[in-house]
Formats: sequence, structure tokens, C-alpha cells
Amino acid sequence: MARFAHSPPEIQRPASNLFILLSMGGALFLNGLPWGGIWLLLRPDFVAMVILYWCMHKPLRVGIGVAWMVGILADVADASLFGQHALAYTLLAFGGVVLHHRLQMFNLRQQTFQVFGIFALTYAVYALVHWQVNGYVIWPFFLGCLTSTLLWAPLSAMLQSLRQLRVDHAARRQ
Amino acid sequence: MDSTQSFQFFNRGPSPVARLVFFAVLSLLLLFVDARYRYLESTRNALSVLVSPIQKLATLPSTLWQQASGFFVTQRSLTEENLTLRQQHERDAVQLAQWHAVQQENRHLHSLMALQQRGGFNARFAEIVYAEHDVFKRRVLIDKGADAGVEVGQVVMDDIGIVGQITRVYPWLAEVTLITEKDHAVPVQVLRNGLRTIVFGAGDTSQLSLRYMPVSSDIQSGDELVTSGIDGLYPPGIPVARVEKIERDPAYPFARVTCLPLAGVDRQRHLMILSGLPKLPERPAQEPAAPIDGKPTQDAAKKAEAH
Repeated sequence: MARFAHSPPEIQRPASNLFILLSMGGALFLNGLPWGGIWLLLRPDFVAMVILYWCMHKPLRVGIGVAWMVGILADVADASLFGQHALAYTLLAFGGVVLHHRLQMFNLRQQTFQVFGIFALTYAVYALVHWQVNGYVIWPFFLGCLTSTLLWAPLSAMLQSLRQLRVDHAARRQ
Repeated sequence: MDSTQSFQFFNRGPSPVARLVFFAVLSLLLLFVDARYRYLESTRNALSVLVSPIQKLATLPSTLWQQASGFFVTQRSLTEENLTLRQQHERDAVQLAQWHAVQQENRHLHSLMALQQRGGFNARFAEIVYAEHDVFKRRVLIDKGADAGVEVGQVVMDDIGIVGQITRVYPWLAEVTLITEKDHAVPVQVLRNGLRTIVFGAGDTSQLSLRYMPVSSDIQSGDELVTSGIDGLYPPGIPVARVEKIERDPAYPFARVTCLPLAGVDRQRHLMILSGLPKLPERPAQEPAAPIDGKPTQDAAKKAEAH
């Protein structure tokens, strides 16, 4: 956390489209790993985390529309109903975009509590749709919401430092 | 300058709430259509082109691991199995080679035996020890000679048919002139119709030929020729040759008939010497000019005398 106290403000940390795209692809990759059994229940939703990260830090670049499209891709990847992930990620992105000012003011530990609410909403929407269509809810499914929240700080820090690396690199060149 | 969003006078499109409502409704619509009507499979397939590389990449590590472990386990067991099998094979191959040779020899001896019993004449086995080095002489030396009772003029055959005739006897060896020797004559009959004729050796090839066959004579390619037994030298009914090619040229009085010997004249190692054939009575001396069939007898007799 000390690092972020001295870190430059968000405005000085650019993010190329390629980097955003790669992070989305990487999240889809992590979600697509052959999880099984208890690990599948504990699997954090990496795509949701990355979308939330970008909605929080670059809300004009990655907004509700991008989240919706990524959601559609996630639906295809998961072979779930069309719009299931899309709807969940739309709500997630809305939460991120609306709350991004507030979230950026917190440090990572405080962010974690805020983010939990957003993730819980996302998971609830997904479970609700599943319940409406299939008629039952798998409650352990919400464990993923917890692990996503716990991984929020490491993932966020990692993406921040990756972007910081590029800034430092560019600075050294000049 | 992404994050200067507090300046509301820049046009930034619809508000987040509007977008939320739009995309949420769109999602719900898709959900409804997909859950209810399943219209969107083609769209799903098209989009899967984008996603499938990532999915493949994600399953790649585990797939590779499974394949690699399978590969190494299989490789090790295969190597061991291969080694065992190779040793086994080497042990068996020696025995198999011997077995093949013994089986071949056995089969050959069997057929010689059977022929001896069927023929009703005395036969003794002999083995070829030398072959003539001269290209123009079709002769071999066998390991039975005067000590074994071999005489000049006796017939030599293998399990199929006539091979030749004893032309010279040494104490422990005998010389066999093969039927392919030039001008060596064997009186034969066509098995199909009983037509009598004489087959001559061609000398420089392993072929035989029929001479003095009129163009109009009833002979076909594929006809089998057996000994006629007419001159008393060869026992009747032993296969000699098969007609291979017939050239009927009206310019000549005789047809050119080429035959191939049936017996393994150039192949076998084990031969059979026939002896104790019934003697024919002497030919009357005052007989006029000998017919065609008489010729070989004279030839053979001359040959025997010459040797």
C-alpha cells in the first residue's frame, strides 16, 4: 500500500488498447483453464475482475458497452445462455463506472470491501438468470464471489505495476 | 486525457444509466430469445472463432501434460517390450531358418519316395556334386557311380519329370547329360491326344524344341509332353516338357515348337536314377529305313557307345 501512496496519479499512467485487449484475453484464458470439482466452485471470475479494474481506472475507454461485448464472448466461451454474462458484466461495469471516483480515493484494502458488493451483485444477477431459466440455484457458486474479492487487491496491484513499468521504461528512454 | 470526466460540457454520449438500461434490456432480450427459441446458434458459432483460440490455449497445458506422460510411459514400456521381442525373434529366426530348409528337403524327398512307389521301378537317390562349367554343355556330376551300380544309359529324373540320362560312369561319380543338352533327344507323346514326336535339347538355353512337326499337326501351346517309352530307354508316361510357343510358317514344312522342361533341370539338388527297366526285345536287323521314332534310339545308342 505504501507504494500506492507515492505512486503517480491515474492520469499519468497510460494504457494502450493492446494492453487492455491482452488483459481481457488473459482473463478469458484464466477462466478457460480446466478447472474442476471444488476448484471450479472456488474459481474467481477473472474477466469480471479485469472489467471492473478497467471500468474503475479508464471509465471512458472501457465502459458498459465493452463489458457487454466481453460478456457475450464469455457466454460463448462458457456455452452459457446468450446474455447471461453480458447482463452480469453490464451491471458490473455500471457499478465500476459510477463508483470509479469513490473507489480511486480508497487504498486497496478499503477498495476490497467496496468491490465485494459489486461482485456480489454480478454473481447474484448471474445466479438469478440461471434460476429463472433452469429453476435452481447452486449456492456454492457464490464462493467464487469471495475468491474474486480476495484476489482483487493482488490483481489490481499487478496491473498497476505492469502499467507503471511501461511508464518507467518510457521515462528512461527520454 | 481520459480521466477528465468531471467536465460535463464535453459530449460523452449517453449517461451511464442510459447505457445500463440499453445493454441490460439487450441482454435480457438475448436471454429470452436464446432460452426460448435457440435462434442464435449461428451467431454463437461465429463468435466462437474469436474465443476458441483462447480456449485451446487454456486447455493446452493439461493436454500437453497428459500426452507427455502418456508418451513417456508408453515409450518406456514399448522399449522394454521391443527388446524382449527382438531377443525372442533372434532365437526363433535361427530355428525357423533351419526348419524351413528341413521342411523343403523333406517335401522333396517325400515326393521322390512317392514317385518311386508309384512308378514300380527301382530308383536310387543321388545328389548333384558338380555342375559342368562349360556353358555349351548341359551336364552335371552326381555322387553315385559304378560302385552303386549306376550304368550308362540309365534315366535320371526328379520328383516331377525327366532330368537327363547317365552318359559316363566313374567309380564314385556319374555324369548326367541333361535333356537340355544340344541334340539330346527324348521320344515323347502329347498327353492330350497321344501324338508321338521327339523333343530335342536346344543346348545354349534351358529350352527344348520339337522338330519334324508338320505345320498341320494338332499341337497347342500348353500341351504337356510325356515320355512315350517307345525306344525302351525311358519308361513311359513320365512328364518331360510343356509346349510354350508354336510358330507356324507356311514357307517351311515343319512348325517351330518351343517347349520348357517340366522338371527342375537346373534347380534341384536331389535326383533319382531309374534302373531295372524292362528290356525290350532286340530290334530286327533287316528292318528298312528307320521311322522317325527309331532315330533317337539310334542316336542314344550311338551316344552311349561314344562314351
